[in-house]
Amino acid sequence: MCGIVGIYLKSSKLEKSLGKMLSGMLVNMESRGPDSAGFAIYKNEKNKDYKYSLCISDLSFETFKKQISKEIKVSSLVKNSDHVILKTKEKPSKINEVLSKKFKNVSLVGYGKSIEIFKQVGNPSDVVKKFNLNEFSGTHGIGHTRMATESAITTDGSHPYSTGEDECLVHNGSLSNHNNLRRKLVKNGSVFKSENDTEVAAGYISDSLKNKNLKDTLKSGLNDLDGFYTFITGTRKGFAVLRDEIACKPAVIAETKDYVAIASEFQAMAHLPNVNQAKIFEPEPGVVYSWGN
Amino acid sequence: MNLDLKKLELRKVNDALQNLDRKKNDRSFTILNPEGSHAVCAGLTDELDVTVKGHVGYYCAGMNQNAKVTIEGNVGTGVGENMMSGTVHVKGNASQSAGATAHGGLLIVDGDTSSRCGISMKGIDIVVKGSVGHMSAFMAQSGNLVVCGNAGEALGDSLYETDIYVRGKVKSLGADCVEKKMDNKHKKNWINY
Repeated sequence: MCGIVGIYLKSSKLEKSLGKMLSGMLVNMESRGPDSAGFAIYKNEKNKDYKYSLCISDLSFETFKKQISKEIKVSSLVKNSDHVILKTKEKPSKINEVLSKKFKNVSLVGYGKSIEIFKQVGNPSDVVKKFNLNEFSGTHGIGHTRMATESAITTDGSHPYSTGEDECLVHNGSLSNHNNLRRKLVKNGSVFKSENDTEVAAGYISDSLKNKNLKDTLKSGLNDLDGFYTFITGTRKGFAVLRDEIACKPAVIAETKDYVAIASEFQAMAHLPNVNQAKIFEPEPGVVYSWGN
Repeated sequence: MNLDLKKLELRKVNDALQNLDRKKNDRSFTILNPEGSHAVCAGLTDELDVTVKGHVGYYCAGMNQNAKVTIEGNVGTGVGENMMSGTVHVKGNASQSAGATAHGGLLIVDGDTSSRCGISMKGIDIVVKGSVGHMSAFMAQSGNLVVCGNAGEALGDSLYETDIYVRGKVKSLGADCVEKKMDNKHKKNWINY
């Protein structure tokens, strides 16, 4: 099963309530995924520093702050439960190197100029409360509630998966050729942290985005990714939706003049403003839908 | 009588509609604020008239017998699945597997349905005023599927004895589905309806 949700704002007037809208969607999708939850929020940042979303697990914030400041020049460090948002001018290669050498138990959840990602095991309503999602503002966001099938219930096994700058992916379904594809991508230099099939799909998308735009990347995914899926993939400017051609995995889209919302089931968005006046439709199988970019 | 799902528990509403006092004369109900709930009006067996104001989730009016259920909105997967008799009328669009395995009655969808409409249908009549998605009437055994718009890929794959009528275009026929011209025999069926 699993529940996926996404919201893209067409006008800035709802930006302050983005977190609240997304939080309600995740909580309503608890029945589809009680094992873990996660979300990615995209913000308009004036500052061009990199933002790194890190899960510091059991490490205390103070200790982490002290230790990381010795390694790199930190612009800011903000704690949110067991995650921190690290802002710095340092490039991802440097951060990866520091983390792997000095912080074995800290994992990089995602990075970019706009994205912030938070994910954790547990009931979605507890997870959104823990990270205070209601208070977030932003331009667009995507989220996931997980019912674990092919890999363990861990933070690394939770969605969204981010394998490139300001990119992320949530997935409802299962892939059957992920092991083969992982081997091919690893040969090309991709790095994977989990056994999860969705991480491979995210890696595939990031790899393909080096040469193609998002729409063409997802179209080629129809041939290269074997299995069942509804994907929502986020980028700095917006998000895109793709269902496999068999289309067993559900998705419904509601579009108003102010926002586009997507979810596995309509009940996830029943609380959104003016949703009953929205244009509501199911994305067709094998067709790429995108907003913003 | 109005039944507001913001105030009443869905299970209680369904339970009340499923066990209505036979002597009761007021047999007309309106369900408010369904907000995408699943299994709204599932398992009704009496002659009732229920209108649902808004969008509903999965398996709406499943297993229906005798009741007339009208949904003023869209429905999720499996509307009217396994229904035996009565009428289910969707004013909006329907998701996958509308009227799946249903034995009898009439399902009307004013909008479109997505894939597998009438999958394994066993005697129901389904009328879709818009278009149907891929693999509609898959393994359909008996009854009629009438599509006023177009049909997607593999229509009627592994078909048994269901008659399918399509006004618009069919993207492709599934295995065992044979295209025929409408003749008097077919027209007579509809006059007798």
